Amino acid sequence: MTGRSGLVRVVEREARVFRQLWRGPVILSFVTPVLFLAGMGIGLGGMVDDGGDRDLGGLDYLEFVTPGLLVASAMQVAAGESLWPVMAGKKWMKTYHAMVATPLDASDVVGGHVAWTAIRTAMSGSAFLAVAAVLGGVPSAWAPLAVPAAVLCAAAIAALVSAFAVGQESDLAFTTVMRLGVIPLFLFSGTFFPVAQLPDGLEPLVVISPLWHGVELARGATTGQLGLGEGVAHVAALVAMLWLGWRWAARRFTRELQA
Amino acid sequence: MTPRLRATAIIERNVLAYRRMLAPFLTGFLEPLLYLGSIGIGVGALVGGVEVDGRTVPYEVFVAPGLFVVAAMNGAIMDTTFGFFVKFKYGKTYDAILVTPLGVRDVAVGEVSWAVIRGGIYATVFLLAMLALGLIESAWAVLALPVAMLVAFAFAGAGLAASTFMRSFVDFDFINLAMVPLFLFSATFFPLDRYPDWLARVISVTPLYQGVALSRAVVLGDVHLGLLAHAAYLLVMGAVGVRIAGRRLGILLQP
Repeated sequence: MTGRSGLVRVVEREARVFRQLWRGPVILSFVTPVLFLAGMGIGLGGMVDDGGDRDLGGLDYLEFVTPGLLVASAMQVAAGESLWPVMAGKKWMKTYHAMVATPLDASDVVGGHVAWTAIRTAMSGSAFLAVAAVLGGVPSAWAPLAVPAAVLCAAAIAALVSAFAVGQESDLAFTTVMRLGVIPLFLFSGTFFPVAQLPDGLEPLVVISPLWHGVELARGATTGQLGLGEGVAHVAALVAMLWLGWRWAARRFTRELQA
Repeated sequence: MTPRLRATAIIERNVLAYRRMLAPFLTGFLEPLLYLGSIGIGVGALVGGVEVDGRTVPYEVFVAPGLFVVAAMNGAIMDTTFGFFVKFKYGKTYDAILVTPLGVRDVAVGEVSWAVIRGGIYATVFLLAMLALGLIESAWAVLALPVAMLVAFAFAGAGLAASTFMRSFVDFDFINLAMVPLFLFSATFFPLDRYPDWLARVISVTPLYQGVALSRAVVLGDVHLGLLAHAAYLLVMGAVGVRIAGRRLGILLQP
C-alpha cells in the first residue's frame, strides 16, 4: 500500500481503540500535568516568586514552568506509548503481525504509530495550554505555537523509543528506560529550573536532549521571547532526531515484522 | 510451621525472583533521588530558605525528608499493586502458593512484609544520600528509618487491599490518580501554610502527609509527643489494609 494511505489506516485503528479506552490516557496526559502545574507552578512557584533572588529572565515561576510541563508531558506520553504498547503489538497481542498480514507494511505501522502519538499529544497539549492560560501561565499571544513544538518533540521520542522497543524480546528493560532515560530528561532539561544552573560538565549535554529543544521552543512561544536563529536551530535539531528515529524504526520494525 | 514463619516463605520467594530481575529492583530508588537533585537543589537555588518551626532552613533540607518517605512509599507499593496483580492474574502465583501449607493470611502478611523490606532498602539508600549531601540536621534522624518502615507498612497494606478490588489493569488508573496528588500536595514540596486554611486541614488528614510530618520532624530535630498521632494513623492504616487484603484474598482465591 502506498505510504500515506497505509499510515492513515493505522492512525484510524489507534483512534478507534482510544475511543474505547480513553480514561487512563486522559489521566496520564492531561490530569497529571495539570496537577503538576498546580503543585509546582502555583504552590512551589509562590515560594520561588517570594524568594526574590531568582534568574528566570523576568518570568514568574508559573510562566517559566508551564512550557516545560507542556513538552515534558508530551514526551512522557510518547515514551510510554512507545514501550509497552509496542511490545504488545509485536509479541503479547501481535496486532502488528495482524496489520502486516493486510496490504499494510512495517513502515506504515511505524508511520501510524508516530502520527497517532503526534495527534494525541496535540490534543492533550492544547487542553493543558488552555488550562495554563486560565491560571495565568501564558503571557504571550504566540503561545499556540508551543503545541507544535511539543508535538515535534513527542514525535521524535516516539520514533526513537519505539525503534528501541521493537527490538527487545521482553519488557524487562522498559522500566529501566523510564527510570534512567525519561525521568532524568524530565527533571533536568530546563523544565523546572534553567539549564545554566546545571553543573558545568552536564550543561553542554542538554543539546542531545530532545526535551530541551522542545522546551526552549515552547517557552519561546508562550513568552514571546525567542530569536529567529535559536528557533530555527531547535526546530532543525528536533526534525533531525525525528528523521533519524523514523529511519531507524522503519528498519527495525521491518526486520521484526517481515523477516 | 508457625504462621509467622510461613509468611517468610513469601519474602524468600520474592528475594529469589528479584535476583533474576536486578535492574528493576536496583533502579527503583532513583526517582525520588532525581527529584531531590532537580526540585531540591535546582529549584531550591531559586527558592532560598523555608521557615520551619520559627527557623529558616535551606530549601533542599526542607524537601529531602519529604522525598525520603516518598522513596519508602514507592518501594512499598511497587510489589503490592502492579506486581501483585501480575502475579495474581497472569502468573497464577498465589494459586500455586495456596497448594502449599501457606494460607491467604500468610500471603497478605508475607507480601506486606516484603514490601516493607523493599521500602526500607530504598529509604536507607536515600538516607545515605541525604547524609552525604549534608541534609540531616539532627541526631534524631536515627528515627527516620523506623518512620520509613511505618510509611511503607501503611501504603503496602492499603495498596494490597486496593489491588484486590481491581478488575483489570485499566482500574490501576485510579491508583495513579490517587498517588500523584499525594506525591505533590502532602507538604512534600511546600509547607502546609502555603494553602488556604480549609485545604490545609484536608491535607493534614491524608496518609502521606503523616509520614512527611514525622520524617521532617525527626530529620530537623523538632521531636515532640504529638508526633505519636501520625505514627498511630500509619499503623492503623497498614493493619486495616492487611486485614482487608487477607479477607479479600480468601474470597478471590478460595471459592
